[in-house]
Formats: sequence, C-alpha cells, structure tokens
Amino acid sequence: MSGAADEAAAIGGPVRTARVEAAEAAAGQRKLWIIVLRVLVGVGFLALWHHASGNWIDTMLISSPEAVGLRLWRWLIDGTLWNHLSITLYATAWGFGIGCIVGFSLGLLFGRYTLIAEVFDPYITAIYSIPKIALAPLFIIWFGIGIESKVAVSAAIVFFVIFLNTYSGVREVNPIYVHVTRIMGGGEADVLRHVIVPSAASWVITGLKVSVPYALVGTVIGEFMSSNRGIGFLINQATGLFNTTSVYAGIIVLAFVGAVINAALKHIEAYVLRWRG
Amino acid sequence: MTASIAISGVRKSYVARGREVLALDRVDLDIAPGEFVAFVGPSGCGKSTLMNMIAGILPIEEGSILHDGQRVNGINRAVGYMTQQDAVLPWRTVEQNVALPLRFHGVNGAARTKRVAEMLDAVGLTGFGRSFPAELSGGMRKRVALAQLLAYEPRTLLMDEPFGALDAQLKLLMQEQLLRIWQAKRQTVVFVTHDLAEAITVAQRVVVFTGRPGQIKQIETVTLPAERDVFKVRFLPEFEAAYTRLWDALAPEIRRGEAA
Repeated sequence: MSGAADEAAAIGGPVRTARVEAAEAAAGQRKLWIIVLRVLVGVGFLALWHHASGNWIDTMLISSPEAVGLRLWRWLIDGTLWNHLSITLYATAWGFGIGCIVGFSLGLLFGRYTLIAEVFDPYITAIYSIPKIALAPLFIIWFGIGIESKVAVSAAIVFFVIFLNTYSGVREVNPIYVHVTRIMGGGEADVLRHVIVPSAASWVITGLKVSVPYALVGTVIGEFMSSNRGIGFLINQATGLFNTTSVYAGIIVLAFVGAVINAALKHIEAYVLRWRG
Repeated sequence: MTASIAISGVRKSYVARGREVLALDRVDLDIAPGEFVAFVGPSGCGKSTLMNMIAGILPIEEGSILHDGQRVNGINRAVGYMTQQDAVLPWRTVEQNVALPLRFHGVNGAARTKRVAEMLDAVGLTGFGRSFPAELSGGMRKRVALAQLLAYEPRTLLMDEPFGALDAQLKLLMQEQLLRIWQAKRQTVVFVTHDLAEAITVAQRVVVFTGRPGQIKQIETVTLPAERDVFKVRFLPEFEAAYTRLWDALAPEIRRGEAA
C-alpha cells in the first residue's frame, strides 16, 4: 500500500477527463442493455406460457397469461384486489414489526450478556428447529381465525431470523471499538448506541431482507388454514374451485408485493450502510 | 513531583489450555508527567499487555498502577488510547468521529463544531470532515484517530504501535506530527513499538522488555534534545550510540524468542 498514491486516489482528481466520460458512458450503456434483456426474458416467458397453454398443456392446469392479466385487471377495477391485499399487507406488516422489535431487543440482550445466551442456547436451538408453520394451527386456537393468528405466525417466523442475525452481529463487534469508546468517556448507553447497534446493522439488515418473504409466507399460510379475507384466502378458495386463473393471479400479486418490499429494503440498506464506501 | 504513571510490582499471568502462562513479571516503572517513554521488546513480551493494564482494559491482579495518583481499577477515562488497528468508527464521518469524545465530555453546539474544525486543521484534514473512514487512505485514518485522541485533551496518551501499519515515509511524517503536538502540549506519552529506530526517534526514554515473561531489561535515556528533527536525528552520533546499546540488549531476547 503506497501512501501517496492512496491519498491521491482518496482525494480524486477534480478534472472530468475524456476517459472519465467514456467510462461513465460505457457503464450507462451496460445498464441499459441489462434492462432490455430483462424485458426480453419476461416477454419470452409470457410468449412461451401463451403458446403452451392449450397446445402443450391443458389450459385447466396452467391457465393463460391473457386470462390471468384480465383477471387481475378485473380485481383491480372492482376492488377485490385491494380488499384482500390490504388485509394481507396489514397482517404481514404487524407480524414483521413485532417479530423485528422483539427479535432485535432479545438479540442485543443475548449478545451483550453471554451468560443468558449460554443458559438459553439449547432451548433456543430446540425452538428454532420447529418448522414455524407447524405452530399455525396452535395460533389459530389461541388467537382465533381473525388477523391476530396471521400476525402471530409471521411474527414467529420473523422473530427467529432477526434474533439470530442481531445476536451474531453483536457478537462480531470489534472489542477495540468498545474499549476505545469507553476510554474516551462513553458510558454503556453510548457504547450501545454508537458502537454495538451500528456495527450490528449490516447483519440486522440482511436479516430484514431475508425475513420479508418469510413474513409474507407466514401470513399467507395462516390465511390458507382459516380466514375469510386476504390473498391467501383468495388463492385457497380458487384452488378449491379449480379456478387456476385466480390462483395464478393471486400468486403474481404476492410475487409483486415481495419484490416491491425488497426493492425498498435495498434502498434503506444502501443508505444505512453508505459508510462502507 | 509525583509520577504520572507509577507501576509497581506488576505481574500478569493467563490461564490457557490448562497451563498458566506468565506474561509479565515484577515490573516497576515510574513515568514523569510530560515524559515521552517508548516500550520495545520482542513480540509476546507483554508490552501491549502492560499498556492495556494502564488503560484499565485488562484487570490488574498483582501489583498496582497509579495514574496521576489514582489507582487504576477498571476503564481509565483519564487517558487517550490509540491502537495499531484502526479504531475510528467506520460508520461515522471524520467529523462525527472527532466529535464523539467531545460529546461524551459535555462539549456541545458551536464549541464542539469549532473544536472539531481546529483539530482537523491541526492534523491537515480540513475538507475531509464529511468523508467516511473507508474513503480515506491508511495514513489519513491515522490522522483522524490522532485528532480524536487530542480533541478532549487527555493528559496521558497511550499509543500501541500506532503507526505500525504505515509505510516508512508516512511513518516519519506521523512521528513528526506527533512530536510537534507533544512539544506544544507536553502530555505524558507511552508509546509501544517494535521498531527500535522509531522508539529512539520519538522518545526521551526507551524501556527494553525481555521475552516472555516480560521484565524490564534495560532503560535507555535518549540524549537527543526534545526539540528534534525526526528526518535527521538518525544521522546523529547519539542516535547511533543509543541504537547500538539498545540493539545489544534487545537482540538476545529476539533470538531467544525465535529459538523457543
């Protein structure tokens, strides 16, 4: 590592040379190409689906892109979509929120106090090994068939992901940061706020990204089992009637919602972890 | 005059893999206020362990360390501590890092902003206040750590191989900057290094440790003036004489470590 060259690189030249322009233009072109190719893949898939439907595979089984598109449009117009989607999103958001807050707090506590972590370790591992879906019937008995049982299922799933990630993040904190912060006058609360939490942030954010689809899964599973509203209910009901068009429409809505939430989290991540340079 | 740091009868052992390993044995040393002392010794001799005990990071089980007359027991908040590893927080900007100790010491608002700007100016980092450490070079990150260390004016600075990771030229520049600051403020400085030339260049006294268990083998008073030119001192006869004497004390310890 050469110091002088390093400093020059860090400072950066103020002049936008032709070379800089060319590099930026090439990067822009590549981005454009990727978008074009992505659209082509999507269109290709739809074309394949359209052609397969009725020709290769019974329309009963795979419906067709135009029928599904039409169904989605009708749901959007007559309010069916929002009626069901809102309840699913509401339950997911609550489950996600509760799971995150409880998981994060306990993760911090366990990470800071190793005695607690060691005592509870076998129990946590045991509970973690239970497929959380298996708890769904129990939650329906406890909380009824309303939204509460769906919140409980997704919270239970999200909790573990966030808890384990936060715990690992706190354990990974470089002890030098903690010592130096305390020597220069920081108290326990300062260490937590300025060192532990920001240091664990990258782990927590990874946990958030992983757990968003899980939260959605938790809610939908709950809706499958017993409910009278929600995208899970819609899919389940359509399955019972062999209405594959509605099943696909429901699945597409879920995929879209998951993608939107993940894109939002990516932006949050880019901001929170901007210091990584 | 009472010593700034009074170390007496310090002994430190670790239990590792069912064996007791003695890291430091019977260490006695007085460091005067405003004195610049360097610790040298083979790796594993316990010089960093001793520094961590002065900082209160490691508990003192046998013997005692007094800092400004106070017995060190738990984290010592009256010192400033700089490590070889980068300890500036990577998620805070340069400004926020330098401001952190001021915040802990209750310096707020305009006074804090002013002090941060002064410190950045003192280490030549004006204009980089809003950068994150990852955007800076290794030498610049060291200067951020130095600015942070000096911002709250601790009377004692503990520096554990602070410039160890830098290349030779950059190291000289950092030594020069450190000496200039010390000449102006006259803090007590304890400087751990494995580089004998660096120790003689910056310190007034050089303490040589034996290999494990670390004991003080020799103390060399550097006869160079406190106001010295780090780029030229190495060509002075006093430097050469000190280097020869210290090397004669240190070499057998290093060989002993290699043979073991």
